[in-house]
Amino acid sequence: MLKLVGGGGGQHWACSVAGTGLGGKEAAFEVARPRYQEEAGCRGHGWGSAGISDSAPGAGMLPAGAAGRARGGQSAEERGEPVGEGEERRARHPPAPALRLLNRKPQGGSGEIKTPENDLQRGRLSRGPRAAAPAPGMGDRGGRPEHSATHAPGAPADAGAAAVNGLLHNGFHPPPVQPPRLCSRGPAGGGDAAPPRLPLLPELQPQPPPPQHDSPAKKCRLRRRMDSGRKNRPPFPWFGMDIGGTLVKLVYFEPKDITAEEEQEEVENLKSIRKYLTSNTAYGKTGIRDVHLELKNLTMCGRKGNLHFIRFPSCAMHRFIQMGSEKNFSSLHTTLCATGGGAFKFEKDFRMIADLQLHKLDELDCLIQGLLYVDSVGFNGKPECYYFENPTNPELCQKKPYCLDNPYPMLLVNMGSGVSILAVYSKDNYKRVTGTSLGGGTFLGLCCLLTGCETFEEALEMAAKGDSTNVDKLVKDIYGGDYERFGLQGSAVASSFGNMMSKEKRDSISKEDLARATLVTITNNIGSIARMCALNENIDRVVFVGNFLRINMVSMKLLAYAMDFWSKGQLKALFLEHEGYFGAVGALLELFKMTDDQ
Amino acid sequence: MAECGASGSGSSGDSLDKSITLPPDEIFRNLENAKRFAIDIGGSLTKLAYYSTVQHKVARVRSFDYSGKDAEQDHEPPYEISVQEEVTARLHFVKFENTYIEACLDFIKDHLVNTDTKVIQATGGGAYKFKDLIEEKLRLRVDKEDVMTCLIKGCNFVLKNIPHEAFVYQKDSDPEFRFQTNHPNIFPYLLVNIGSGVSIVKVETEDRFEWIGGSSIGGGTFWGLGALLTKTKKFDELLHLASKGQHTNVDMLVQDIYGGAHQTLGLSGNLIASSFGKSATADRDFSKEDMAKSLLHMISNDIGQLACLYAKLHCLDRVYFGGFFIRGHPVTMRTITYSINFFSKGEVQALFLRHEGYLGAIGAFLKGAEQDNPNQYSWGENYAGSSGLMSSSPELCPTQRARSGTFDLLEMDRLERPLVNLPLLLDPSSYVPDTVDLTDDALARKYWLTCFEEALDGVVKRAVASQPGSVDATERAEKFRQKYWSKLQTLRHQPFAYGTLTVRSLLDTREHCLNEFNFPDPYSKVKQKENGVALKCFPRVIRGLDALGWEDRQLALVKGLLAGNVFDWGAKAVSDVLESDPQFGFEEAKMKLQERPWLVDSYSKWLQRLKGPPHKCALIFADNSGIDVILGVFPFVRELLSRGTEVILACNSGPALNDVTYCESLIVAERIAAMDPVVHSALREERLLLMQTGSSSPCLDLSRLDKGLAVLVRERGADLVVIEGMGRAVHTNYHAALRCESLKLAVIKNSWLAERLGGRLFSVIFKYEVPAE
Repeated sequence: MLKLVGGGGGQHWACSVAGTGLGGKEAAFEVARPRYQEEAGCRGHGWGSAGISDSAPGAGMLPAGAAGRARGGQSAEERGEPVGEGEERRARHPPAPALRLLNRKPQGGSGEIKTPENDLQRGRLSRGPRAAAPAPGMGDRGGRPEHSATHAPGAPADAGAAAVNGLLHNGFHPPPVQPPRLCSRGPAGGGDAAPPRLPLLPELQPQPPPPQHDSPAKKCRLRRRMDSGRKNRPPFPWFGMDIGGTLVKLVYFEPKDITAEEEQEEVENLKSIRKYLTSNTAYGKTGIRDVHLELKNLTMCGRKGNLHFIRFPSCAMHRFIQMGSEKNFSSLHTTLCATGGGAFKFEKDFRMIADLQLHKLDELDCLIQGLLYVDSVGFNGKPECYYFENPTNPELCQKKPYCLDNPYPMLLVNMGSGVSILAVYSKDNYKRVTGTSLGGGTFLGLCCLLTGCETFEEALEMAAKGDSTNVDKLVKDIYGGDYERFGLQGSAVASSFGNMMSKEKRDSISKEDLARATLVTITNNIGSIARMCALNENIDRVVFVGNFLRINMVSMKLLAYAMDFWSKGQLKALFLEHEGYFGAVGALLELFKMTDDQ
Repeated sequence: MAECGASGSGSSGDSLDKSITLPPDEIFRNLENAKRFAIDIGGSLTKLAYYSTVQHKVARVRSFDYSGKDAEQDHEPPYEISVQEEVTARLHFVKFENTYIEACLDFIKDHLVNTDTKVIQATGGGAYKFKDLIEEKLRLRVDKEDVMTCLIKGCNFVLKNIPHEAFVYQKDSDPEFRFQTNHPNIFPYLLVNIGSGVSIVKVETEDRFEWIGGSSIGGGTFWGLGALLTKTKKFDELLHLASKGQHTNVDMLVQDIYGGAHQTLGLSGNLIASSFGKSATADRDFSKEDMAKSLLHMISNDIGQLACLYAKLHCLDRVYFGGFFIRGHPVTMRTITYSINFFSKGEVQALFLRHEGYLGAIGAFLKGAEQDNPNQYSWGENYAGSSGLMSSSPELCPTQRARSGTFDLLEMDRLERPLVNLPLLLDPSSYVPDTVDLTDDALARKYWLTCFEEALDGVVKRAVASQPGSVDATERAEKFRQKYWSKLQTLRHQPFAYGTLTVRSLLDTREHCLNEFNFPDPYSKVKQKENGVALKCFPRVIRGLDALGWEDRQLALVKGLLAGNVFDWGAKAVSDVLESDPQFGFEEAKMKLQERPWLVDSYSKWLQRLKGPPHKCALIFADNSGIDVILGVFPFVRELLSRGTEVILACNSGPALNDVTYCESLIVAERIAAMDPVVHSALREERLLLMQTGSSSPCLDLSRLDKGLAVLVRERGADLVVIEGMGRAVHTNYHAALRCESLKLAVIKNSWLAERLGGRLFSVIFKYEVPAE
């Protein structure tokens, strides 16, 4: 989006804006604007010398933006009157586990926390301290041997971890109770008023800020927190987000125990978000709330309410961020707990466009914590976990509840766009065993190419009607019956898509059959790899999760069958009702945890 | 290689006429004597195996009766040579596209004359489909054999019988093929057969193997799904598409999701997170090449991953890949290798087989031939009749590479005697006979190929001259020239075609080609003459030696050995002189030798050793006929015998150049015994034993020696091995480590090689080694 390389500060300004103007892309301007504003803010504080020249054109240009006025003003205000953000920044730093230090060190040392995106962009050369900081999430690990490989297998999309979230992943930022007119000015300058929550090594601290005075924004936030009297609770809204390769999973906690006083104090923004999310089941063209998954009457972090499960395609991420910007989401809550690869990929956009700080979280941690949590609270009185009884007998095969009270060890197979396989030995002792690139993304991708369908639902619908045995070559197609030497049944698939080697058969095949074969192929393959991992790890419970299983009974039953059949009953396939949402739930739990840690 | 007549090289299989004319002297050779057929019909290729006897002319030597005669007096040759027909057994394997199956069956039927064969062993997926056709055409009963059993049997067979059968593939290194030394114990191993689907089999012994798993995502998936996605019909074309594509346009990479690498898990941004993950959209078109590439990666990675999981579960590190998905395709070998490295973190090596495509046919054949016990024999690849590996660069000429319309051949000769390791090898599993790997050493390769090209005229002339009575000798010699010339050209472009290219393999190929055109022993007459001449000189040489003092004699003996070795068939100037005045020649040769210190000179150490106790038993590998063996080796042998050392003199079983053969050595020894009491009594008392090596090569592979020889070496407790000559001690075995003392002697009669070793023409190698304690 920001295409031009800025040299010095002033030049950079001109370039950025010019670039967006010329680019003509819708989003470009939007991206540019907050960046401009942010940089302005930062320079104002961090590099006072550069700030002055920057600020002039910046201030002049900003109002051109749609939502620019308030922000522009705010930036200007902050530049004019630097607030005590140094301390506040400190406060926003997360607990500092060892892994994170490395990532954070160079950035923390630079003393500016608002501009890692600059490192991602070109401006780095002109700015010493920032240039030194590796771009989080972008830096290539030099140690990879297949660094230059043109292809590389098996890194699942949603395999993830977030040790890179070095900077700025604030726990939460109490939204102001005051009218947004004042409060909204805070965040751009990083003036979130949360007190330091975590001890940080001194050398990792941002540079001492310039003299500070309490800004009106800070004051209002402080007041709000005191009003609420709930020190160990993050402010609303409570979100957890998991940005995968294909789908974004969002969980939203809707408090149902709001007192009248609270209701009255609830800012418009917050209220409208709550109303919008809870009164609709579809958002825009692609956002969907899985109403049937809603967890009712849940107590989370001392509040009673409902947990909502929302998803939308990752390609709508930019629209989502845009919306966050338009709704001025940052005025409520400048950080958002997010996991999944997108937490890294879109971090910059969140910050620049919507002025939101992502608290990036390790996706495997989130997955496991979320899973354990949801299982522990149950599914509105019903069990979360289930299995299939008589998996090898289609007539008698049926879903049965399973008690996962003592889940360890378990092999956790997370099937998103790609697949990650984890061996979980306890709440926080797990390892990623392997992964495969043949996952949900492959199913949908191939289906789209083969059948022209466009959505997962469509693909599954077709698959449900199809017959894969027209597409696949079975053992009996080759041997005329069972292959007894190896104990293979004639009905076993010998070669997926094997019949499609013949032109006649290709010409007469139906889309439904192709969709079914794709589904069966991918599913069986995952099953096969999972089974081998279970054997290698000596684990007999295999828990399948991930959105590949959403509305996908065919795959679930196939997996149940495959686990049982090939292991001669030794392995059990388990499933969970909220299959794809655990990462997002885990992210939400992190939000509370940060508060608890305090 | 041998293209079917009608096809023409460039055309693809589709346009080919099914009614082809097969050139019988190229394909389906020796059908008239064929018996015992086996056929392996795969998805696209048919592999036919048959056993046939090959009539060969062989030169036999026969001793005259010399008893009571004075050898010195007559001018007759020392023995007579007769050319006889010999019948040897050969296995023929022919691989062709299924399209030609009918034409081939017709051809076989028409050419099959003297056979009482009633049954044909059939295996492969297509055996079922073509059963009726085969029965109708050939009037043979089809006995179906289990596919996997055949495959394993075939795999064991090639691993045991073909040196350099297995290789690892390294895309960006030169050479791309790294051939593996055959491990003396081939078990246990994992065989991953990638046909339409994938079978993973654990092989523990000759007869014990277990199907431990498989996958339906295999070659059929690549082909079927690829055909659907790209509308490309042929497997090879799909591979070609894939080699040009960019999978990153279709696959979702880690960096597409993360914006970069995945740091905590250490996953590079380039890793594929979701195969075809980017194609889940209706508003983009994807190129055929990109989709094919993505598909190839998806399938290769998946197979590699499963193979690693199985290897890990069963604690195996040798994993061989086969099946039509591999079939020598560099593209798939590369992706599989990559995947195995990735998933096993380098712990498992992906191994491929040169004759992977023939495993099923070989196995089926062996199955049918069980009563003949083919496994009790050793077999050798016939370089003359086998096609070798095809080019590795699909980019160069994809359609040709695809072998459409071509017939691929493998021929294996049954060796008369089983071959085993020399028991004295220090480490049989790491023994590499050849000194220089010409696949590796481009400079040396260029030199030797040119050298062999330049020598070809002379060989052809010699071949014609060796058969003065034959009317078609010139014609056959010309055919030989063409055959060997084309082999050399093949090797220039595909040095890896027959495994590691070495001077030995070039020499062996030439011998095979000569044999093929019925020039079994072009040097028989030369050898006969040289032997006669040398025998006459023997008493004089012995008298001269006996007149010397002990220390002088030892040096003279060694010099004699070396001088004799100058008399190579190629040393033309020397042999010219030899004809006029043989004794002068021998002395002249001695003069020609480099003065001490020699290029490699451990003579003093050797002399010191000789002052110690005698060796128990010496194993001597002889080189040339004539002066070399008679005036060089035998006096040396005689000295050893006098010291109380037993001697095993090992000579080639079959002819190669002017090397002394076992049969010749028997006659020579007999003649010498008649003149010399030491040799006479030693032969009688079996202190001197003449043995055959089992080889017909000018070089020496100590891992493939006659079993009888190996047994004797063990029985007699040989504690000294003497290897003589360039072919045996320099081109091969120069670095061979033995468990006992060894003496490697040679005169470098090639200036290029001498220079390379840091010396000059006629430099001397005298390498005496004592193993470390």
